[in-house]
Amino acid sequence: MGTIWVYAEESGGKVASISLELLTRARELADTVEAVVGGDGEPVAAELGAHGATTIHATGDLDGGLAGPAVASAVAAAIEGGAAPDAILFGTTYDGRDVAGRLSVKLGAPVITNVVELEQADGSLVGIEPVFGGTVNVSTRFNGAGVGLFLVRPKSFAAEESGGGPAAVSALPVPDLGATGAARVVDRFAEESTGPKLDEAGVVVSGGRGLGEAEKYSLIEDLAKLLGGAAGASRAIVDAGWVPYSHQVGQTGKVVKPDVYVACGISGATQHMVGMKGSKNIIAINKDAEAPIFGIADLGVVGDVHKVIPKLIEALQARS
Amino acid sequence: MDIVVCVKQIPDPADPGELDPETNTLKRDMKLIMDESDSYGVEMALQLRDAAGEGEVTLVSMAPNEEVNGLRSALAMGADKAILVSDEALAGTDALGTARVLAAAIGRAQADLILAATESSDGYTGTVPEQVAELLGLPSVTFAKEIQAESGEVVVKRQTEAGYDEVRCPLPAVVSVTAGVVEPRYPSFKGIMAAKSKPMDQVGIGDLGISPDQVGWAGGGQEITDVSAAPEREAGEIITDEGDAHERIIALLEELRIV
Ligand SMILES: Cc1cc2nc3c(=O)[nH]c(=O)nc-3n(C[C@H](O)[C@H](O)[C@H](O)COP(=O)(O)OP(=O)(O)OC[C@H]3O[C@@H](n4cnc5c(N)ncnc54)[C@H](O)[C@@H]3O)c2cc1C
Ligand SMILES: Cc1cc2nc3c(=O)[nH]c(=O)nc-3n(C[C@H](O)[C@H](O)[C@H](O)COP(=O)(O)OP(=O)(O)OC[C@H]3O[C@@H](n4cnc5c(N)ncnc54)[C@H](O)[C@@H]3O)c2cc1C
Repeated sequence: MGTIWVYAEESGGKVASISLELLTRARELADTVEAVVGGDGEPVAAELGAHGATTIHATGDLDGGLAGPAVASAVAAAIEGGAAPDAILFGTTYDGRDVAGRLSVKLGAPVITNVVELEQADGSLVGIEPVFGGTVNVSTRFNGAGVGLFLVRPKSFAAEESGGGPAAVSALPVPDLGATGAARVVDRFAEESTGPKLDEAGVVVSGGRGLGEAEKYSLIEDLAKLLGGAAGASRAIVDAGWVPYSHQVGQTGKVVKPDVYVACGISGATQHMVGMKGSKNIIAINKDAEAPIFGIADLGVVGDVHKVIPKLIEALQARS
Repeated sequence: MDIVVCVKQIPDPADPGELDPETNTLKRDMKLIMDESDSYGVEMALQLRDAAGEGEVTLVSMAPNEEVNGLRSALAMGADKAILVSDEALAGTDALGTARVLAAAIGRAQADLILAATESSDGYTGTVPEQVAELLGLPSVTFAKEIQAESGEVVVKRQTEAGYDEVRCPLPAVVSVTAGVVEPRYPSFKGIMAAKSKPMDQVGIGDLGISPDQVGWAGGGQEITDVSAAPEREAGEIITDEGDAHERIIALLEELRIV
């Protein structure tokens, strides 16, 4: 395959891990890998280059504008002007979906979504998408000419450096967006977080409705801290307002693949499991021996979270 | 304030999904219900309409077999009327085709604001709202966890990786809402009765000026090359807590060199 573009996202000068994952996979599939950045290219040229991008097409500062319309219009204009990537890869992220959606309309091309693996077959790229909670895999490819757009789930590939030098930065002008570019970010708020990030932690301890009440989530946080990990949650307790959405693991939350995932009072709905069943080891604590989570647990404990976790915390504290 | 809410009608998620072995599309011949994800948009719209003290909430849905069951649920919550697009030519339509149909249907209604969910429960491509916005030439804010309407604009708290962004967006605009943005109300008995006589505009793609080759299988541009069962993860050891299960957990954590 000739050229793959990767939509690369950054915050605070650091490239998002999903973008590095995509670059890594792209360079196994294509001769040339280039990055598209909705912002300045220079601050990320070294990191993107080290993961295989030779060129960065950068829009420059978006001045509070959202990435979706700006990056999509800029890329569409570049393609109209003769740029010819065979495929463009996006992470399934807030901005990744926006850019892919807008671009799909501009190019009149569909997007293959929720992809967890990309393969080459007969010279075209095939996206593999798990459906029904990951029990069935569907392979899809484009049958038309033109650019293939793929939205890929985070953690589908491991990021590895290629040893490449800094990428060359080339300007990707944003055309006049008219009304579509009218939304403006006026302020940014960061939730406080300590410890490792949920999708990067080696250990994730998650709590579900089985905790009984919001206050009991502190058990999860304490255990996560003792194990040097991050605290996650099922959607049931996010929707109930016990913890912020940023903790949610699953189809509509984060995909995590830690060395150890500890599910506490979580039943194991397919939408939850799709976000954590790639974990190397799964420990589940649930009082219902029939809970589906036990079907994928390496160690299942049929028991009460209010009894098992405090003892676990106590024993770990005694060791440290 | 006139608001359009996209409402997808889907098979009950409690029933396991099934692909049609002939076409590899999701089977949709059962009774469909309102996607729970859209109940948040409906509630949000009702609250904004009522706060504004004027305007109408119009539902827009594309669904097979002239299905109105899910639309009736949303009308019972308090929406004013609905537009349903149902057409045999729509079978197998992908997200872009769906967006084309929805955008054309939305064009039949008055709208200061168009609401959708961030992703549907059955297809969850999460691309339709942004595609609709682009087709209509409108600005958009996706992943709203809070919406406030001010004169001629909305102020949206948009979910981000780190927390949220406050985004100002002039109307008309498309906004996609996350689950939990508001607490959807239960329809009252009165609401359910009233829903039966609310206006339901049923149209085909011809009424929307869409030709069959823009939608359905023909409009798709993608093909499924393989469907296979995913490798299963095996269950391991299961123990019953007799007061000492924590010791077994610690032993495993030691083995894995976590502690
Ligand atoms: C479109 C869609 C997307 C979704 N996306 C997600 C997602 O991203 N992430 C997600 O998590 N969910 C998601 N869901 C929701 C999912 O279907 C489940 O409803 C949810 O995961 C259930 O959360 P839970 O396991 O905490 O609660 P429940 O299913 O209520 O399970 C609670 C469990 O706790 C156990 N329990 C109770 N008391 C105790 C005790 N004292 N000790 C030990 N165990 C106890 C019970 O036996 C039960 O198994 C989605 C659903 C839909 C329709
Ligand atoms: C397992 C599976 C995988 C699929 N993969 C792809 C794919 O890779 N690429 C692709 O283009 N299509 C794909 N499709 C088809 C796609 O799901 C359908 O085209 C669907 O009609 C629209 O997409 P969505 O439900 O994913 O929309 P989303 O973008 O997830 O929906 C977001 C919101 O848009 C609104 N909305 C969406 N559809 C309607 C509707 N019919 N009526 C009213 N409001 C609506 C709702 O508010 C909804 O919550 C797939 C379908 C299935 C079942």
